[in-house]
Amino acid sequence: MKQMGKLAWALWFGYAFLYVPIALLIFYSFNESRLVTVWGGFSTKWYAELLQNDQLLGAAWLSLKVAAMSATASVVLGTVAGLALARFGRFRGRTLFGGMITAPLVMPEVITGLSLLLLFVALEQAIGWPDGRGMTTITIAHTTFTMAYVAVIIQSRLVSLDESLEEAAMDLGARPAKVFFVITLPIIAPAIVSGWLLAFTLSLDDVVVASFVSGPGSTTLPMVIFSSVKFGISPQINALATLMMVVVATGIFIASLVMARQDRQRKRDEQMAVQGG
Amino acid sequence: MIDLLRRIGLWGRGMVVAIPYLWLLLFFLVPFLIVFGISLSEAMLAQPPYAPLIDWLVDEDAGTTKLQILLNLSNYLRLGGDDLYILAYLNSVKIALVTTVCCLLLGYPMAYAIARAEPSKRGPLMMLVILPFWTSFLIRIYAWIGILKANGVVDNLLQWTGLTTEPFELLYSDWAVYIGMTYCYLPFMVLPLYATLEKLDPTLLEAAADLGCRPWKAFLTVTLPLSLPGIIAGSLLVFIPSVGEFVTPELLGGPDTLMIGRVLWNEFFANRDWPVASAVAIALLLFLVVPIMVFQHVQGRQTEAGR
Repeated sequence: MKQMGKLAWALWFGYAFLYVPIALLIFYSFNESRLVTVWGGFSTKWYAELLQNDQLLGAAWLSLKVAAMSATASVVLGTVAGLALARFGRFRGRTLFGGMITAPLVMPEVITGLSLLLLFVALEQAIGWPDGRGMTTITIAHTTFTMAYVAVIIQSRLVSLDESLEEAAMDLGARPAKVFFVITLPIIAPAIVSGWLLAFTLSLDDVVVASFVSGPGSTTLPMVIFSSVKFGISPQINALATLMMVVVATGIFIASLVMARQDRQRKRDEQMAVQGG
Repeated sequence: MIDLLRRIGLWGRGMVVAIPYLWLLLFFLVPFLIVFGISLSEAMLAQPPYAPLIDWLVDEDAGTTKLQILLNLSNYLRLGGDDLYILAYLNSVKIALVTTVCCLLLGYPMAYAIARAEPSKRGPLMMLVILPFWTSFLIRIYAWIGILKANGVVDNLLQWTGLTTEPFELLYSDWAVYIGMTYCYLPFMVLPLYATLEKLDPTLLEAAADLGCRPWKAFLTVTLPLSLPGIIAGSLLVFIPSVGEFVTPELLGGPDTLMIGRVLWNEFFANRDWPVASAVAIALLLFLVVPIMVFQHVQGRQTEAGR
């Protein structure tokens, strides 16, 4: 039991390491003083200034659009890819396919960014598309590296799932497409939701890949933050960070509530079915 | 009839796989070939700033056209000949290794404690580890600037307790990079470790204790070897992206914190030397091929084990 005590200390130390910096960041966003780490009294003026910063708001709007589009595209592509890996058994080119799914998870961002930019430049020279770089190229780049995460989430969900439901539907004469939409899709819906949220967050967070594939006039929010942070810290960034974290925390809280409720509902249904039968 | 339906089914499957397959071929695999191609090209003042690899030479007198392919290895020779690149590679590996070890030392006890907690508490405890991962990476790095800089939180604390009287700055040093990278990659280490530790059968440890094995020895001879797949997966998940890390050394490191991701970035954005940047990327990729393949192997085995 004494050992468990030491372990608990290690755990709390780990949590402190993870959360104290974030807490300090939020605390100092309400600081009156321009010197971020010197307390000068409570104030919300940095939030007000934030709302008047047009460059920042424009970048945030662009980032949200890119994140929503690329998350949606990567959920579609990633779900299909995860389904193929978990359910289609051995097909021709599976090894290469599996490799291309897992490699982006660990690929250094500078390599992904550089390679996609060179592809876009070469394509533009060869076929005239994409015409310049901007929102489209950032969205394509983000879709490519986030779909890998979605595919892995969907694949692991499907692998842990009993195949007998799908087989039963198949035996009763349902076509594969119908089986997918009526049986598989509702079951993996929570995984799809978390995949979308993850893809959205990763896209909203990316500065390296976006810096490579963006063009003039398409500066994303992380790019603006990055360039201003390089010149030192500013209370406005603290305020922005706090707002972003509040949004993310709310989103995750709601998502987990919905999922927990669905989980309970499913368990109740299963129990009823067992008792009824 | 059944055969026909089967064939249609398989054809439909093929169509379904084709979409993500083609996407990845076009946007993931082909780009690497282009990077490799351009790494063999020469930089020049043009738009785009490199010499074309393939050229059609028209000889008007003879009325013939010749295909000319120019490949040059000078970019790679430059990588091998200049200390800057070799030092950057070595330093990146060193920083990535230190980060991996720090994540392991911090993450293993956490994962172990969560796996040993009551089953109902494991989910929320794990959620607390993953939650910071959902907040922006850039902002988590930014948070450390305020803590580590001169006149920052650590400095003020040290001066207030009287441990130092002079301004103490950790920022812009390798130490700051280690802290920042450990901070950002910690969840990637805890996640696979927890996955293997949670599946571990506690009766094995009880059996060892019954047979008179001390807790520490039981840990070293039973728990540690059995959690090796998690250690390997977590370490690779931290090590591989760490080697090519750019944002953390750029924001927290000093001007002499040399890392290959920074070198690539500067070659590309500051020097506009696309061929050398490509050669740096290819060399980095060659170095990472083995760890990436080991990672894929481990990852594949883990998903299989989930069945």
